[in-house]
Amino acid sequence: MLRDRFDHIPRHRQFEPTPPPAGAEQTPVVIVGGGPVGLTAALDLGQRGHRVVVLNQLDFIAAGSKAICFSKRTLDIWNRLGVAQRMIDKGVIWNVGKVFRSSRREPVFEFDMLPVKDQEMPGFINLQQYWAEEYLIDALLELPNVELRWGHQVRAIDPAENRLDVSTDSGSYTLKADWVIASDGSKSALRDMLGLDFEGRVFEDNFLIADVKFEDERPSERWFWFDPPWGGASSLLHKQPDDVWRLDFQLGWEIDREAAIKPENVEPKVRGMIGDDIPFSEEWYSVYTFQCRRMARFVHDRVIFIGDSAHLVSPFGARGCNGGVADCDNLIWKLDAVLGGADRALIETYNDEAITTADENILNSSRSTDFMTPKSAVSQAFRDAVLDLAEHEPFARPFVNSGRLSTPVAYPGSTLTVKDRDSWDGGVPPGYPAVDAPHDDAWLLRELGGEWKLLAAAPVADVPLSTVVADSPTAVERYALTPGVVYLLRPDQYVAARWKNFTPADLGDVPWLT
Amino acid sequence: MADLNRQPNLANPDDVYQQLIDLHSGCSEEESHRRNAKLVLCLANHIGDPEVIRQAVEVAARESDHG
Repeated sequence: MLRDRFDHIPRHRQFEPTPPPAGAEQTPVVIVGGGPVGLTAALDLGQRGHRVVVLNQLDFIAAGSKAICFSKRTLDIWNRLGVAQRMIDKGVIWNVGKVFRSSRREPVFEFDMLPVKDQEMPGFINLQQYWAEEYLIDALLELPNVELRWGHQVRAIDPAENRLDVSTDSGSYTLKADWVIASDGSKSALRDMLGLDFEGRVFEDNFLIADVKFEDERPSERWFWFDPPWGGASSLLHKQPDDVWRLDFQLGWEIDREAAIKPENVEPKVRGMIGDDIPFSEEWYSVYTFQCRRMARFVHDRVIFIGDSAHLVSPFGARGCNGGVADCDNLIWKLDAVLGGADRALIETYNDEAITTADENILNSSRSTDFMTPKSAVSQAFRDAVLDLAEHEPFARPFVNSGRLSTPVAYPGSTLTVKDRDSWDGGVPPGYPAVDAPHDDAWLLRELGGEWKLLAAAPVADVPLSTVVADSPTAVERYALTPGVVYLLRPDQYVAARWKNFTPADLGDVPWLT
Repeated sequence: MADLNRQPNLANPDDVYQQLIDLHSGCSEEESHRRNAKLVLCLANHIGDPEVIRQAVEVAARESDHG
């Protein structure tokens, strides 16, 4: 039975298993995997009016320790899909990170994740992944064209016909899809079934994740320690909703994983971090190790990989789930256009741009990992030198790397990006994501929505697109909107092109404008 | 962006060389590594030009004729 196999996984919310359909089926899009990435893809595609089937091998939302940090960019995307407010209301908002060393009480370094103010979304929220999944599912349940199937496991794929063999506890069936989106996680069964590669570095290290519950009035900040007095090379403290705290302890390589999560071994570390006075209780203890790797290609004919199935990073930087949501944002408007008749080659630009994102995330998270646990004596000497200097020398502080936290990745070299014809001083360059600003008592990104749009300081005549006319001095300044300037925004709110002295004929330079 | 200056640029090279040696007097190997690293970080930041630093790294990585 499927259900028995997942008995060890803690549950946040149970669903009724979905009975298998009566016969073989044909559908435009199947999404395999119901984590936050697959659900976001389903919501975006469903809101664009397409019929979507989501296959989830579980019949519940899993609890346990998973993603907790959701970036401003992810919140901007979820806001476009109408689910961000619930996440923010439940989540813990934070913008400030502090870095400590050994037993010194004063931080050696502090940073602010939202240096540009006057934007709707905060720099980050912390929220247990199961809440994010629950809110996405609630939004999906309101879409009659999206079907969530619980307890449906893909057993085989015939890539020539895009036909899936699916099994459930009450029978099997086959399902043919024009497109399969593989969001089935780091151990992707679809990736294995297709015999595809997954290359990169495995870091020889283990980390203890202790999600514990206690009441304390600490500020909502990310606290990171190098060489903490309670042992290990690094530690991290993060606040989650419901008085749950994420404590992360570096353990080293050759360890006894079973012993590491025994309460008597966890407690001294927790006590070291939070002190002896506060009563705490266990939510979930686990040990993880991590890898930095990706598939060589994310698009394989009509099977498209998104999220952890396509790329894995170390958790320092919150680039896993946020990177996967970025994949959805990049892919779904393109798939929408292709389902509506655009050339299939548009999907290839997802392959290129999502690989750019994955490579930047892998690069950053590998560098963070090497800084936190140096791999040679000289690497250790440089790391310690940076931390020594950072105490008194401002110049050294930017070298301190406790995780470079997820920010949106730019695609200046993409075939979808039209290079500047004019010379610019300021504004948002082509290939970069739109920056939020106040707009008409609300916010600019809301107004840009999910379709191709023009942005200008005044209405634009004789164009086949709607124009957002910036009405706040902040927006005018952030985009350098002098008279005659027009921006073209993609449906994922990236700048495709911008022109000074715009004429409607300029739109002819833009590939894929649909 | 500038190029790395590979011509003599110090009025009194022996004095500067002596400072580099004196930095390590009485140090363990580990402490010496750390002091060298601090010095490199200070100078790299002062130079501030990634292209000059890249060229310096290239010079440093070139194998000596005497192995």
